[in-house]
Amino acid sequence: MAVLRIPTPLRNYTNGQAEVPVKGGNIAEAMNSLVEQYPALKPHLYSGEGTLRPFVNLFVGQDNVRDLQGLETPVSEETQVRLIPSIAGGSR
Amino acid sequence: MLPNLTRDEILRYSRHLLIPEVGLDGQRKLKGSSALIIGTGGLGSPVALYLAAAGIGRIGLVDYDVVDSSNLQRQVIHGSSTVGKLKVESAKARMLDLNPDIQVDVYNEPFTSENAMRIAQDYDVLIDGTDNFPTRYLTNDVSVFLGKPNIYASIYRFDGQVSVFYAKEGPCYRCLFPEPPPPGLVPSCAEGGVLGVLPGTIGTLQATEALKVLLGIGDPLIGKLLLYNALDMTFDFVKLKKNPKCRVCGPNADVKKLIDYEEFCGVPGHDHEEGSAGADWDISAKELAQRVQKNHLKLLDVREPHELEISAIQGAVNIPLGQLASRLSELDSAEEMVVFCKAGTRSARALELLVSAGFKKVKNLHGGINSWAKEVDPSLPLY
Repeated sequence: MAVLRIPTPLRNYTNGQAEVPVKGGNIAEAMNSLVEQYPALKPHLYSGEGTLRPFVNLFVGQDNVRDLQGLETPVSEETQVRLIPSIAGGSR
Repeated sequence: MLPNLTRDEILRYSRHLLIPEVGLDGQRKLKGSSALIIGTGGLGSPVALYLAAAGIGRIGLVDYDVVDSSNLQRQVIHGSSTVGKLKVESAKARMLDLNPDIQVDVYNEPFTSENAMRIAQDYDVLIDGTDNFPTRYLTNDVSVFLGKPNIYASIYRFDGQVSVFYAKEGPCYRCLFPEPPPPGLVPSCAEGGVLGVLPGTIGTLQATEALKVLLGIGDPLIGKLLLYNALDMTFDFVKLKKNPKCRVCGPNADVKKLIDYEEFCGVPGHDHEEGSAGADWDISAKELAQRVQKNHLKLLDVREPHELEISAIQGAVNIPLGQLASRLSELDSAEEMVVFCKAGTRSARALELLVSAGFKKVKNLHGGINSWAKEVDPSLPLY
């Protein structure tokens, strides 16, 4: 199974798991598999219409899936998908 | 014409002059250059110290906060002797002690759509050391509109991100993050915490990138995002490309001037009144203390379990915010309930979640358990 790397700020919603094995042959299916396992993540990652929110950046290797085939980007057993969120911290 | 170095400066910067990539001309370049540091906190501290030491001729500091003792675990430019003083003045004094040959301009005001272009226009680079999304989007848009590089970093607990957003040569912050996350999803350092040394690591990387950009040497992080994790001690890079749909730097950009960033992000950027769910939903610590004595009220603590060791209110039920959605069945929507956390921000999110699930008799403890500690039970520590 492909592995989805969860960033620290979202691990509250995955019982602290840093890596979640996901099913599916492409990014859309992999993300579905993630939110099926951790439903509390869904409202944060998906809009009401069921599309991924624009702040969710998914990378396969070094590449943003936006620059590949988007949600259709294929994933294999060995693929590591990285979810990179915006974080705000820095000052106070 | 680049400014000349004095005899004293030649001695001071001798270790730079020995590096062929910097040399005398490079040091004169730094003396003739300027940098604006937005935020004089965790990231701003090392950035300001190292840029001052490196001899950047003019450094601007924007911050409106005062030094608090809870800052000193990571904001190393300040000290116990400057607690209660303006951060910009505290930082300026330390920088001029380190290097009296530079000029430090201070802006003791929030960085806003009204003043940002005026403040930023006279600097060569902008350095984003802010702590909130509205000011990050503002800093990005200012850098795009003024055509200046934005040396970006942000941190959370053990994680850091660094990049150089420079729309003339690569993507901007909005190319990667067209919209902010929904309010409350990504906690701030004030809520989630941060390892004190993390902004030191990340801020010195920012200072490095600023020096490279100003000197025109090396390979700056344009089109690349550095992801650092202190626990795993990993440095990973991902590639960033210009987003053709970017609303500020794309070919069909429709954002042509600064906007209302607080509205855009759905959160306040410059608000010390954090910890409120809105007047209708808030209850003060004093009022709560009276109500608790009179009648039964359920107290719901949505902090993480390890925070309960720092302070707690007796009788409260603990369900961390991240688990609340899946544990609603443990709560009775008919019961009167007051939700609290450390300072009232997470509990305000919890309250939204409860109300949307049909809970009607819920209130948010304004200012969280820290307010309770200040106003009702002084035996509890503030954190």
